[in-house]
Amino acid sequence: MALNLKTRKTLVPYLFLLPGILFFLTFQVYPLVKGFQMSFYKWSLMPGKASQFIGLANYVRAFNDPVVGRAFINTLIYTLVTVPGQMILAMVAALLLHSLPRGRAFFRTLYYLPVITSWVIVSLLIRYLFQSPNGLVNYFLVEVFHVVSKPIMWYEQASTAFIPILVLGIWKGIGWSMVIYLAALQGIPRELMEVASIDGANGWQRFWKIILPLLGPTVVFTLVMLLIGGFNVFISVYLITGGGPRQQTEVLLSYTYRQAFDFLDFGYGAALSMLMAVFLITASYLQMRFLRKPVEVY
Amino acid sequence: MRVARKPFNPKRFFRLVLLYLLAAGGAVVMIFPFLWMVSNAFKEHVFVIEYPPQLIPTHPSIGNFMRAWTSNNFQLYFTNSAVVALTSTFFTVLFSAMMAYAFARFKFPGREILFFAILLVLMVPDMITIIPKFVLIKTLGLRNSLWGLILVYIAGSTSLNTFLLRGFFEQLPHELEEAMLMDGAGYFTIFLRMILPLSAPALATVTIFSFLGHWDEFTWALTIIDDPLKRTLPIAIYSFQGQHGTEWGLVFAAMIIALIPVLIIFIALQRYFVSGITAGAVKG
Repeated sequence: MALNLKTRKTLVPYLFLLPGILFFLTFQVYPLVKGFQMSFYKWSLMPGKASQFIGLANYVRAFNDPVVGRAFINTLIYTLVTVPGQMILAMVAALLLHSLPRGRAFFRTLYYLPVITSWVIVSLLIRYLFQSPNGLVNYFLVEVFHVVSKPIMWYEQASTAFIPILVLGIWKGIGWSMVIYLAALQGIPRELMEVASIDGANGWQRFWKIILPLLGPTVVFTLVMLLIGGFNVFISVYLITGGGPRQQTEVLLSYTYRQAFDFLDFGYGAALSMLMAVFLITASYLQMRFLRKPVEVY
Repeated sequence: MRVARKPFNPKRFFRLVLLYLLAAGGAVVMIFPFLWMVSNAFKEHVFVIEYPPQLIPTHPSIGNFMRAWTSNNFQLYFTNSAVVALTSTFFTVLFSAMMAYAFARFKFPGREILFFAILLVLMVPDMITIIPKFVLIKTLGLRNSLWGLILVYIAGSTSLNTFLLRGFFEQLPHELEEAMLMDGAGYFTIFLRMILPLSAPALATVTIFSFLGHWDEFTWALTIIDDPLKRTLPIAIYSFQGQHGTEWGLVFAAMIIALIPVLIIFIALQRYFVSGITAGAVKG
């Protein structure tokens, strides 16, 4: 080779980076820039017809759109209900499984099953279970537990239509946090717990005074990941309620998606996406700044 | 570590029984929807919904599985999914490993800024750019093409995997690399003969999670695939449900067929799952 060793050493890393960076620029960076540009246009999909620059009109429209407000609140409700729901139930499950002398791996597999199942499958399953009036959930509520006297028409009112989505959000996620908590629990030295027991600490005190502080960074890690995941809720809404009835269960991503791919209003959809991106990046930054201590999660 | 068998202690015994009952109760709740999925898949010709529902089918039959597998191009969709998932996983892992090698083992101008840029874009969820990505793929003429899926899947998972693999590659010993350089080996040889073999567990984790992610991907495929012959399984199941809205048994049978590869991978390679999840690899 004509090149000397030093030149080779400087060139080599770029060669290794090349394919990945090409993909990164084409399918990650360019769409971001393009989306930003599109958000200022009344975007035309027809090849011959030019798109029209309309300045901030799409953004002004977003702030005056009542469905955007509804979708934002629904996204917030989803996050505020499913994130603590998943974390608390996952912690209970992890503590329970951790205290079993045998069969931990067996139960862990069962609890993890919803996590590995795709969103499409679990969403359709939940939709089936919550069918009205003769769905399984109604059967159990009416005939087995006698909680309600007549079947609930889940998808006909906004107040009940969001419930299957919330239930799915919690149920599907428990196993994920639980596996992480279980791994962290295994890292707590046994002697520590024994000493605490000898000193007369009961289970409740051991949890608050020893386990939770030691698991702190892990809990924060799951919190951050789940919050981001919560704001990304889409498939379950799209498949379970389709945003209905009357767009009352729309979340930010489902409404954005509908604007683009049902109403073909790409400019407006892009503006909504950009607003969400700004919100999410700010939120991630704040979380990292204030919540996430520099701790390895391995 | 349990040293010797403790004498029978009724209090401890009942506490254990209670714990197992609770764990089993939780497990029933977690797999409850799956039980109904399996149960209904084995009920042939049950239209609409039985009331009261029966968990154990009176006349179990595999008719639904046969019909799902042989109808509506289902085998083609299975093949499409396999081709897309395997191809994009192969290139994802290859490109991520190459990038991670550059970031982990070389110092070069622009390294920090490039890595920071990748992390920054990683914070932006895929859905945010789905509209411009659609326009791009349409311009490239890749709508209704499996390549339109593969290229975007590769791009979408390379950044995260680069990040994960970089951490692993950094910990590999430098002495071996130096010895190989002394012997006249080039950097590509080192990458292929040393870095990759020594990182087998990390590569396995990354491969499994990429594969499952690509196998299950729904939204992007829904967006760019209209041609029924180009459908992947998640889209096929969705439209299957649309067509056979009341034949849930048939839909569930189709779902179970799609789930089988996932379950096999999950059960056979469980140890990689735990390490992958705790490393922050994936959010399900």
